[in-house]
Amino acid sequence: MSNSIDLHEHSAHSHGGAHHHRDDLGAKIGMWLFLFTEVILFGGLFLLYFSYRVKYSHDFHLAAKELNVVVGTLNTGILLTSSLTMALSILALTKRQKTLSLVFLGATIACAFGFLYNKYFEWGAKIHHGIYPGSEKLAEREHGEVVFFGLYYSMTGLHTFHVIVGIIFLTFFGIQIIRDKIRFDYYSKLENVGLYWHLVDLIWIFLFPLFYLLH
Amino acid sequence: MSAEVNNTVSFYKTEKGIGSWLYTTDHKRIAIMYLAAIILFFLVGMTLGLLMRLEVAFSGKTIFDAQTYNSVFTLHGVIMVFLVIIPGIPAVFGNFFLPIQIGADDVSFPRINMLSFYLYVLGGLIAIYSIVIGMLNGGVGIIDTGWTFYVPYSLTTTTSVDLPLFAAFLLGFSSILTGMNFVSTIHRMRAPGMDMFKMPLFCWGLYSTAWIQVLATPIIGITIVLVLLERFIHIGIFDPNLGGDPVLFQHMFWIYSHPAVYIMVIPAMGLVSDILATFARRQIFGYKIMAISSMAIALVGYFVYAHHMFTSGMNDTAKVIFSFFTFMVAVPTGVKIFNWVATMYKGSMDMKSPLLFVFAFIFIFSIGGLTGLFLGALQTDIHLHDTYFVVAHFHYVMFGGGIFIFFAGLHYWFPKMFGKMYNEGVAKLVVLLLFVGFNTLYFPMFIMGYNGMPRRYYESLPEYLPLHKLSTLGALILVSGVLIMVTNLIYALYKGKKAEDNPWNSLTLEWTHTQTPPTIYNFNEAPSVTAGPYDYPDFSEEGGH
Repeated sequence: MSNSIDLHEHSAHSHGGAHHHRDDLGAKIGMWLFLFTEVILFGGLFLLYFSYRVKYSHDFHLAAKELNVVVGTLNTGILLTSSLTMALSILALTKRQKTLSLVFLGATIACAFGFLYNKYFEWGAKIHHGIYPGSEKLAEREHGEVVFFGLYYSMTGLHTFHVIVGIIFLTFFGIQIIRDKIRFDYYSKLENVGLYWHLVDLIWIFLFPLFYLLH
Repeated sequence: MSAEVNNTVSFYKTEKGIGSWLYTTDHKRIAIMYLAAIILFFLVGMTLGLLMRLEVAFSGKTIFDAQTYNSVFTLHGVIMVFLVIIPGIPAVFGNFFLPIQIGADDVSFPRINMLSFYLYVLGGLIAIYSIVIGMLNGGVGIIDTGWTFYVPYSLTTTTSVDLPLFAAFLLGFSSILTGMNFVSTIHRMRAPGMDMFKMPLFCWGLYSTAWIQVLATPIIGITIVLVLLERFIHIGIFDPNLGGDPVLFQHMFWIYSHPAVYIMVIPAMGLVSDILATFARRQIFGYKIMAISSMAIALVGYFVYAHHMFTSGMNDTAKVIFSFFTFMVAVPTGVKIFNWVATMYKGSMDMKSPLLFVFAFIFIFSIGGLTGLFLGALQTDIHLHDTYFVVAHFHYVMFGGGIFIFFAGLHYWFPKMFGKMYNEGVAKLVVLLLFVGFNTLYFPMFIMGYNGMPRRYYESLPEYLPLHKLSTLGALILVSGVLIMVTNLIYALYKGKKAEDNPWNSLTLEWTHTQTPPTIYNFNEAPSVTAGPYDYPDFSEEGGH
């Protein structure tokens, strides 16, 4: 079996290298389909959020005031910047500037770690104050606030999980760029992980106002 | 890595050894492995069903106690829905024949296809593991929530809920990956000249299904994750003690699980068209509308889900809208039924066993579809909700639709997949046994349900017992039919006559352009397609009236 055939690369068959051909557009279709599933996955959570927002609007109003708008805004800025550097990394690679592409990719990964760093302290502070699912302090509060923080932890948690997965793939593809497995004439993998990264960014763009700004 | 792969012998002979199966990315080998797994799970599910029937046919404890009965109907449902019918036709026949029918040498993403298979296997193993653990605890530990996992009971029961839920999550993932693969394959891998509207209708069925798999399954994924989070860390989203709303769980569950019903039946409908055209030797009546009606069912199928919840407490306007859309689904479905019948009109019918399965399907599915309208109507649903009427209805559509056509496909494509012919006389007997057994088993349930017998009850009032006994008799006939079928096919594998390349004289590519069984790359070169899939010579013109 051939190792050169990648997950996203189209291959007619992988038994030996007889006549397998690549299909960048096919890979992109596959990626978009995957992104649709991500949208629906988070869509379910947004549906729940809106249902409970209507049901417990007053409690949501109170609970949202406890979130740290400064950290949230900072993280929004970080993720937006990382989307920019992601796009620049792809652009640099197509212009045959491998080093520059790697620098931008590194910046993207650095931003992702920055996001996680902030998230860690933000969650840490909340947990320190006894606001976490199943805690006794939270159980004493109104039902709507319990649900608000349940949604807060589930939705931002799932999003953070996606950031971590993104870091793994970005690092992995960075290594492939170094090894010339991803090149100026074969960069669909980098482009597709870029699409994923923009989606991660986009989901945060919705999470941020819903949790931090809507008081 | 071999530089040259022999593309003249059957794909079974290209590579040898267990490794050539375990590490394969060949769509045909993956399909064969799915087939083995699905038949195995079907036999397990069937045994559980038979045990249930034996239990309820007599009052008092016959085989097991009430708690075990709850576990058995749950396992029967989980296995049949998640491990048999949802993957069923797409994973087995879709994997094997979609690439061949459009003239390709594999699916778009062969390695993702392999991943999808292994997620299925892992999901199945975890489900089995949870049962084994439950049995070791004296039978009290096996999941007993019903296959719907409704909260709040699934949050409070002490039985093993987490593992089956996780298994369902993995199986959903597997289903999504198959769907992604099929959509890209159909868009990117069609042979020269194979327009979308030159594809066999089986491919259209798979295409519609694949979109549902991609766009509906993530909802059950996130719902399962939330139930697990609720069980482990009490996030409060579904737990009424913490402010959550259990009815929202039902919404989330059915947003996926209703479209999932169409995952089960749309590929079956596509296969029905292929088989009918082959054995009636006719162009499918209204080919284009048949293709479009598959997409229409898939689309409208998203807007009907809440008809499962008419008694759960819902806004009346919403109920009317969901009821209306439920009736709407009957329109494209009716189009299909009428077009199938019209296809047979003046056809040159060849009464082979796959066609007889299709006849059984059309009869059974029509009853299943029409009784669906009773349940989709707001008033009658109040009376019939959660009775045996519902049980009968969904077995008529899921078993009569999904499984009967799975068997039809097995008989239709068996020669191509295995290169052997089965005994046709025995196969015809099997259809008869299955048809009689099926109707004897499930039709009494309509009557019991209409008279008020609730589903999932361990005991029943004496007046229902005669019908319960009749139903159990049907189950015995049905099971004997299945066992004869399996024996007939396994016997054919070893002793069957060698099959020709095109024993049915069909016109689709898997019959006309590939060897039996196909070679590793299916074709020597991509076939150039000029005619439609069902361009049989027209008999009705010359034959006169």
